[in-house]
Amino acid sequence: MFNSSFDAVVPMLCVTLAALAAMGAEAFRARDEKMPIGGLGIIGLVGAGVACALLWNRNTSSFGVIVADNFGLFVTMVLVIVGILTIMFSSQVLEVDNLPRGEYYALLLFGIAGMMMMATANDLLVVFISLEILSLAVYVLTGIRRDDPRSTEAAFKYFLLGAFSSAFFLYGIAFTYGLTGSTRLDRIGAFLAAQSMSDNPLILVALGLLLVGFAFKISAVPFHMWTPDAYEGAPAIVTGFMSTGVKAAAFAAFARVFLSAFEPFSQQWVPVIWVLAAATMILGTVVGVAQSNLKRMLAYSSIAHGGYLLVGLVAANQIGKAAILFYLLAYAITNLAAFGVIAMLASSNDENEELRDYKGLWHTHPALAAMMTVCLLSLGGLPPTVGFVGKWYIFSAAVSSGYYGLAVIGMLTSVVSVFFYLRVVVMMYMSEREGPEPVRPRIARMGMVALTLSVILIFYLGILPTRVLDYAAESIATIF
Amino acid sequence: MPDTLIFYALSGLAILASALVIGQRNPMYSVMLLIASFGALAGLYIQLDAPFVAVAQIVIYAGAIMVLFLFVVMLLNAPQEDAAEWDRTHPLRQGGVGRFGAMLALLLVVQLAWALMRANDVSDAVSSRGDVATVSSVREVGRGLFTDYMFAFEATSILILVAMVGAVVLARQERGQ
Amino acid sequence: MDGWLGVLIMLVLGVGFAAVMIGLSVLLGPKNPTPEKLAPYECGMPAVGDARERHSVKFYLVAMIFLLFDIEIAFLYPWAVALRDLGWPGLMQIVTFFMILSVGYLYVWRKGALDWAPAARARNALRRGPRKAA
Repeated sequence: MFNSSFDAVVPMLCVTLAALAAMGAEAFRARDEKMPIGGLGIIGLVGAGVACALLWNRNTSSFGVIVADNFGLFVTMVLVIVGILTIMFSSQVLEVDNLPRGEYYALLLFGIAGMMMMATANDLLVVFISLEILSLAVYVLTGIRRDDPRSTEAAFKYFLLGAFSSAFFLYGIAFTYGLTGSTRLDRIGAFLAAQSMSDNPLILVALGLLLVGFAFKISAVPFHMWTPDAYEGAPAIVTGFMSTGVKAAAFAAFARVFLSAFEPFSQQWVPVIWVLAAATMILGTVVGVAQSNLKRMLAYSSIAHGGYLLVGLVAANQIGKAAILFYLLAYAITNLAAFGVIAMLASSNDENEELRDYKGLWHTHPALAAMMTVCLLSLGGLPPTVGFVGKWYIFSAAVSSGYYGLAVIGMLTSVVSVFFYLRVVVMMYMSEREGPEPVRPRIARMGMVALTLSVILIFYLGILPTRVLDYAAESIATIF
Repeated sequence: MPDTLIFYALSGLAILASALVIGQRNPMYSVMLLIASFGALAGLYIQLDAPFVAVAQIVIYAGAIMVLFLFVVMLLNAPQEDAAEWDRTHPLRQGGVGRFGAMLALLLVVQLAWALMRANDVSDAVSSRGDVATVSSVREVGRGLFTDYMFAFEATSILILVAMVGAVVLARQERGQ
Repeated sequence: MDGWLGVLIMLVLGVGFAAVMIGLSVLLGPKNPTPEKLAPYECGMPAVGDARERHSVKFYLVAMIFLLFDIEIAFLYPWAVALRDLGWPGLMQIVTFFMILSVGYLYVWRKGALDWAPAARARNALRRGPRKAA
């Protein structure tokens, strides 16, 4: 029992300790004392990143349920980046909205620890517990602006539907355990491969229930209903965090569960995910065009991006699996930076998140407008940004596996989505603002640094992607 | 046949109490009846040779969760609630919702009937694996929990912590306001 | 299931005793009710207002925290039963579990979520009076 090494849990341990320290600091601070709790979080995250780098290629596992293979470590690195950027963007938001700092950072870090656990979990029970940790943290963060009824409503909807989907997921785990006698993914996979259970309807029930649970977390159509409301009501930076971090962690676990444990049943689940992917891409794009609220528009855009990721899961060849990882990184940086801009432009009484609030932004905040443009172009998948490389990689995986239909749908929806991203860009540059200038807060330096870093990463990965692509390709070699 | 007798007594009690939960006008009585229903369920778990589940049912459901329910009922001052104006126009009172609920209930009944009809298949599928009888006593649960599932167990403490912070953040009254 | 017979007998005895006592008092007790006798007993004082008052939100928070700590009991119970099999590693695990949760306990305590009169506490803080040490 204790001969297993602790190595694989070190990254999430760093983040958890930072979260515990944040709680302690919040508990013992004097009434009006301001503590550098955000810095504490960044230290923990950097520690986790260093641990990831040290564990790379070592393929360790702890307690048999946490495996630090390169796949999990790659996603953990993405989560470290998401965490650091979120904390850097947050300092200004916390100031403007007067949110409880200690609790905010503690929940954020606990959420990231849960995500890391989910990305490296090799046991359905651990996947479930980590899913609950990150979900609870994100529910509370969604509703953390208690005086704002929209925030509370968003949190409430998200919580109810999320609890419902967790129940589905748990039910699926129960069925799987009942049929195979284990919750470990490797043992389930071995059991299913050894015994032909394809005539057993119960295994399909289990598969379906697990699929619903995952589809909810990655907001795939038709389980996306909560997404626009939750994303719109939450504080912008929290939306950025949950649309990237939760999605990355859930996708990692999704890929691991379905591509390792349920690989013998791919005949059954691939067509279902094909339909989900197509519906998700189409609905996310088409409905996104009609939105007038920027946060809502980006919510639909993030639904559509989930669809592209599902394409990688359907393709499931060597390129497809690596493409999922690279796309997760690309999408995480880009989307988080876009929400970071929205968060920084929001003032305490007016969120300034309608599209018309962005008219003429170029004339008042040229730097922010330029960086927002880069993010939107990357989301739309235009070269030379990282979004282009990610999409190209995903679609070429689909083509090489023979899923031409999905590739065509993906390309068409990408073209349509460029339209609504460009609409915002045009508004920022061309239009003059009519009416009074909205009240904007002073832009914090920390947020600008984070934004600049993101933009540099977007261009670097867009122009010289080979190195990170190699890492991604190395990652999938270890497990599947 | 005392086993069968006890089974019918307990399940009868559970069904009766659950039916009465819905029938009460005073939510306080509903909560009390739900506790009775949980107690009867705990007895059924004991009959199923799952003493740990039975104890958890009493300690967590009948104990803590029902205390929470009671407090919420008292918090909302619910006994007077169904006289309130808005209650008549509440969205949940509309026919469509009722029909949807009835449909779901019917679906559940059909599904249960189907499952029971095929009970042989189910028990075959489950008992075909070798280790059915291993997890039953509390001692076995404890052994499993602290060896195979020890990481999941430790991770639960983080989950509880997050819930604690969340509860304090969302429910605390602002100091000095 | 053998050990549960005692529990069943205990349960039947308990319920039966209560039922018999209430039944006997209903059957044998003299009944000549007056309005005063039927009124709820409030230490001899006439009752004021309705018993069903709206309770403070604080009860909810306390119930919530009680629930969270109650879940620990569900883990303690199998641990205690399997203690001899688990030995020192088991003890280490439960201690770790409690150490992590005690951070939560400290947090809840220091945040004043368990204080019953935060208003009074805030007043004390304003007057710079002596603060309760944690």
